[in-house]
Amino acid sequence: MRRKAGGGPGKNAKPDTWELRLYVAGQTPKSLAAFANLKKICEEHLKGKYHIEVVDLLKNPQLASGDQILAIPTLVRKLPPPIKKIIGDLSNTLRVLVGLDVRPKT
Amino acid sequence: MVKEKVRLLRGLQKVRTGIEGLDEITNGGLPKGRPTLVCGGAGSGKTLLGIEFLVRGATQFNEPGVFMSFEESAEELTKNVASLGFDLNRLIASKRLLVDYVHIERSEIEETGEYDLEGLFIRLGNAIDSIGAKRVVLDTIESLFAGLPNPSILRAELRRLFRWLKKKGMTAVITGERGDNALTRHGLEEYVSDCVILLDHRVANQISTRRLRVVKYRGSTHGTNEFPFLIDERGLAVMPITSLGLRHTVTNQRISTGIPRLDTMLGGKGYFRGSSILVSGTAGTGKTSVAAHFVDAACRRGERSIFFAFEESPSQVTRNMRSIGINLQQWVEKGLLRFCAERPTVYGLEAHLASMHKSIEQFKPKVVIVDPVTNLSSVASEADVKAMLIRLLDQMKFNQITALFTTLTAATGSLEQTEVGISSLADTWLLLRDIEIGGERNRGLYILKSRGMAHSNQIREFLLTDKGVDLIDVYVGPSGVLTGSARISQEAQERDVESIREQEIERKRLNVETKRKALEAQIASLRAQFQAEEQELKKLTEQEKMRQNGVSKLREKIAGMRKEDTNSERRKR
Repeated sequence: MRRKAGGGPGKNAKPDTWELRLYVAGQTPKSLAAFANLKKICEEHLKGKYHIEVVDLLKNPQLASGDQILAIPTLVRKLPPPIKKIIGDLSNTLRVLVGLDVRPKT
Repeated sequence: MVKEKVRLLRGLQKVRTGIEGLDEITNGGLPKGRPTLVCGGAGSGKTLLGIEFLVRGATQFNEPGVFMSFEESAEELTKNVASLGFDLNRLIASKRLLVDYVHIERSEIEETGEYDLEGLFIRLGNAIDSIGAKRVVLDTIESLFAGLPNPSILRAELRRLFRWLKKKGMTAVITGERGDNALTRHGLEEYVSDCVILLDHRVANQISTRRLRVVKYRGSTHGTNEFPFLIDERGLAVMPITSLGLRHTVTNQRISTGIPRLDTMLGGKGYFRGSSILVSGTAGTGKTSVAAHFVDAACRRGERSIFFAFEESPSQVTRNMRSIGINLQQWVEKGLLRFCAERPTVYGLEAHLASMHKSIEQFKPKVVIVDPVTNLSSVASEADVKAMLIRLLDQMKFNQITALFTTLTAATGSLEQTEVGISSLADTWLLLRDIEIGGERNRGLYILKSRGMAHSNQIREFLLTDKGVDLIDVYVGPSGVLTGSARISQEAQERDVESIREQEIERKRLNVETKRKALEAQIASLRAQFQAEEQELKKLTEQEKMRQNGVSKLREKIAGMRKEDTNSERRKR
């Protein structure tokens, strides 16, 4: 567990760690674009507070059912709860931020 | 039969589903290595068809299968189909079945650009590979449309999925919810077009009937009708009317009707084995008694019989039949006779057909009674009852079972018209009717038709005695056909007339006798008179002789006295 010790997140308080998992299937353009987009968004908005795990279903197909993955690419926000799923190549930054429940910096 | 069809249609290989009746309608099963769309409304049995396809595949044809469920979890599914006798856990444990529950929560998902369903492909591919599946069921893939945004991507991906399944050689069943104006809500029939099966669930007269229709089957012939099907404890069963058709072989073997006189009427030998007999008549004409005689005769020969009673309970039938001297209870106890008594309204016609079908298959009877078949029309239309009977008869004829149906005809209608129009299905038709003469009702029996045998055209009076049914000749005379006490009184009257005539003759005979005697007496007296006269004559003749004798003697005496010198003799010289 990467969550730091300390009080749980308050209603509006942002947790310290964002655990993200990106499901891809091989090095497809969509997957690569999704990873690049995610990296960019995280660097911009969650710098230093995130962890990205990339799961390649071609290598580990049995992992697909665990998170109920159908669409590729799918980004799963494991932490903070609740679990959120964002599908697509993450090209729409605004929607990614909404999906991740991250307030964009103004 | 199935083998032959497959050979004829070599172009398309088929996979047997193992579902009762479905393989017959589709001439051998679903197209091998292709997806089949099964669509229908809620509760029409789509999921069950899918799961049975896999279970039968795994247990009967050694083809493992993957069930990808989009609606129910594996536990729910297992519980739901356990009532149908499918043990999914055992199949899952032995790696012959794999259930993958795909769950999508719309609220959890945010779409942020282009995506594809590679994840689904990978999951499915992984599942297929892990058990070496040959069969795949996707139930109901259309729920993806509710769970995932951007339908145009989904459509493209589904198209790709079906192509991919084909390429992998999977025989797949894809279920779809029925749409308003289309077969499926999201137009899946556009993608899965090799074989489309439509399931329907209709309620008419408060009784539901499930129907199945093969809408299309590319590259194969198939039954195009709507076929009723039902779901019971053995799973799904489709009842194809045409599955047997008119191909049954017949025998020349004859079996007794149980009523000796009726046997005589039917060319002296009774019914043909494997034929269908219709006994029709108005209320209380003795239809059940005729049926009971037949059952009794069959059991006496040691043949099994099933009595489907739709009007009376088994104990009522046996009690009533005991009153005419037929003990059916002994056959029940010996295991030769089985009663299946049910009110027609307990369930729909199809369920009746299936339960009868099943009973016949289990008990393997030689004789089947349905009493009365007309009661079934209270749960369905006449056309439906007729269709059902055709199917039932097909099954029975195929198995050389002799079937006897009784039907109740309305007293007001034409007697020769059966209510469900099943007369054309019957090989032998006995008509029982009331004959009303002289203020009483008597029973009469005719043979309206009997295919393939010379039968009596005579009406018989039908008596129910404590020793069973008795058929006697009716009185046919100058005053018409008489039955019952009219017949008896007419016979008595005839006897009277007869005896009077006999007396008359006797009297005449005596008369003549007397006359003869008188005549004879007269003759005797005449003869006596004649004899007396004769006697008289004789006496006179004698007297005359004596007198003449006397005269000549006297003359000689006189001549002697005259001393005549010549006697007459000398004078003559």
